[in-house]
Amino acid sequence: MSNTLESSPTVLQESAGSPAPVHRTVIRPTSGLAVLNLKEVWDYRDLLLVLAMRDIKLRYRQTALGVVWVVLQPLLAAGIFTFVFGKVAKMPSDGVPYFIFSFAGQLGWNLFSGALTKSSTVLVGNQQLVTKIYFPRLVLPLSTIFSVLVDFGVALAMMVILMIGYHVVPHVGLLLFPLWLILFLMLGIGIGLITSSISVKYRDINYVVPIFVQFLMYASPVAYAVSVVPAKWHAIYMVNPLSGLLEAFRWSFFGKGHLDWVGLGYSAVVAVAVFVWGAFAFRKMERTMADVI
Amino acid sequence: MSSNDVALSVRGLGKSYSISHDRAARVTTAAEAIMNRLRDPFQKTSDKETFWAIKDVSFDIHHGEVVGVIGRNGAGKSTLLKVLSRITEPTTGEAILNGRVGSLLEVGTGFHPELTGRENIYLNGAILGMQRREIDRQFDAIVDFAGMEKFLDTPVKRYSSGMYVRLAFAVAAHLETEIMVIDEVLAVGDAEFQKKCLGKMQDVAASGRAVLFVSHNMAVIQSLCNVGILIQSGTVVAHGPIQDAVQAYLAAIGKAATNDLTVRKDRRGSGKARLTRIDVSGSVSGQGTIASGEPAFISFHLDRVLPGLRCQFTLYDQYGLPVSIFDSGTTSLLDDAKASNETPFICHFPEMPLVPGQYRLNVAIFENHDVVDHVEAAAVFDVSEGVLAGRPVSTNTGYGSVHIAHKWSVSPDLRAGY
Repeated sequence: MSNTLESSPTVLQESAGSPAPVHRTVIRPTSGLAVLNLKEVWDYRDLLLVLAMRDIKLRYRQTALGVVWVVLQPLLAAGIFTFVFGKVAKMPSDGVPYFIFSFAGQLGWNLFSGALTKSSTVLVGNQQLVTKIYFPRLVLPLSTIFSVLVDFGVALAMMVILMIGYHVVPHVGLLLFPLWLILFLMLGIGIGLITSSISVKYRDINYVVPIFVQFLMYASPVAYAVSVVPAKWHAIYMVNPLSGLLEAFRWSFFGKGHLDWVGLGYSAVVAVAVFVWGAFAFRKMERTMADVI
Repeated sequence: MSSNDVALSVRGLGKSYSISHDRAARVTTAAEAIMNRLRDPFQKTSDKETFWAIKDVSFDIHHGEVVGVIGRNGAGKSTLLKVLSRITEPTTGEAILNGRVGSLLEVGTGFHPELTGRENIYLNGAILGMQRREIDRQFDAIVDFAGMEKFLDTPVKRYSSGMYVRLAFAVAAHLETEIMVIDEVLAVGDAEFQKKCLGKMQDVAASGRAVLFVSHNMAVIQSLCNVGILIQSGTVVAHGPIQDAVQAYLAAIGKAATNDLTVRKDRRGSGKARLTRIDVSGSVSGQGTIASGEPAFISFHLDRVLPGLRCQFTLYDQYGLPVSIFDSGTTSLLDDAKASNETPFICHFPEMPLVPGQYRLNVAIFENHDVVDHVEAAAVFDVSEGVLAGRPVSTNTGYGSVHIAHKWSVSPDLRAGY
């Protein structure tokens, strides 16, 4: 009999070459580097969509204002930022009206932080599923993207209204917009995958993540422009991959601010690396998840 | 595909867990882990014990076979199902599944109380591995099976527990995979619905699929399954026709019943108090045999007496069928408080109604609603022939195991003929 010491690859669902396609599954202990097996995730796309729809439907059920909250939340936050940073602290906003400036910053930030917070709690939140049924576990964090995107879509529509209201002329940089979107999501989900892997064993993560997110928000140009940061701190400031990304995101809307291609390249590399690392860490943890969670 | 095809082939399957006896294993916060590491930086050599939940399990299951997996609590049945449904990875060996696997380890996995019945059908179906098209096609059948067209658009949190279970089972029952793995989910719902479920299960079996079914109910197992696998301490000890496996199980259960319950490891519950011994006898002193119609006493010894403890036991006959359940929590005016702290529970039968034969009892000790201790086959005893209500009671004929006290009125003319 084979044992754990022999490294055997996870062979899952190879189809046997018979006329009627028979689903064949081989269950074996796995060891070594985890295989991502994205094909299997694709096979479970129906589940992914159903879980995504569940989250979206449930979010605002039994709330009086319902979907209005999606718009209200960033508007209120932008209002607070405008008051605190714009009016009280009188921070510059690259010549863009402060309200729409901070609203745009939040648009990008919420994409990242939404993906991060949702994917980091998704395993523990669904432990009943994880211990009772099999499916590729990557489906869970990936399914959270949809509700983040719905929020983003609603807020984006609000952004368009604001742009019209403030007479902001669309800028050619908007063409790069989808790229920023993907990078924000990859970074957010990447960190979320790592933290959710840890949360399976250590629930401390539930306390660490919100504080980390809050800290990161002030360390990123959400409510202020990068130009505020003193020159001597600039290099350190740009270590945060969100700095370049948020600046580029806002540049796409207003054409103002400084677009640093080297910094952006760095952000992109970090986002992809974190995402890949997270995905592998997650798969590795998947083997023992049901025993530990 | 002929029915001789192997649906499921298991070779040398094993699953081990490491249990640590020091505090390192029990840390659940990162801070604790760091503190432990600081206290003892070289604690790699802590005394860890490997526990094999299942070990070297091998068997083949063919299409069209309905296999009952039986064994006592903690024998490894659930672990086997979990490995075969890919919820957890095996430590050794392999299993080859020729066909899609549907596993029902729980009724209504993923049901969300805030969602409507309709939404939950799609959600639960997808979680069980059904494609959207499949659910669309089966939707009416599912609703019809559950019998709740009216409540389709009501959130399931407004359902009664019976309705909830019916809907959940209806979805599961329409799962069309070639291999089904089912864990005791039939023990739900009212009698009528259970019958419906059993019927559905028989259809599944007849359609040539392979079913692996775990249950403690020997009657259900025997009526549904044609093959039995008996698992003891994580290994397969019998694999063959269902009657043989059930016989082997009942024999094993009889052997396991010793007077000293402290040596029993196959128990559940919090362990705040443990059963130590059970005496079944014809007198309070624990002496004497039991006969039909004679007084009988079942005395439960515990290592500790806590306030709020309650004793519940179920009697089973030699065919593994439940006879009756007894609960010290249901009080009667005829009850007294004469038991001592050594034997806090004594169940007294003024006239033992069981017909002669062998019986066993499963015992659960509760602290309010929490299980403190639960032991299967905690005692096995024989009832010998006797007289009940002036009438001799013969041995178990297979037509029930309880003698009910009764009287006949027969016309004198007929009487003369006796």
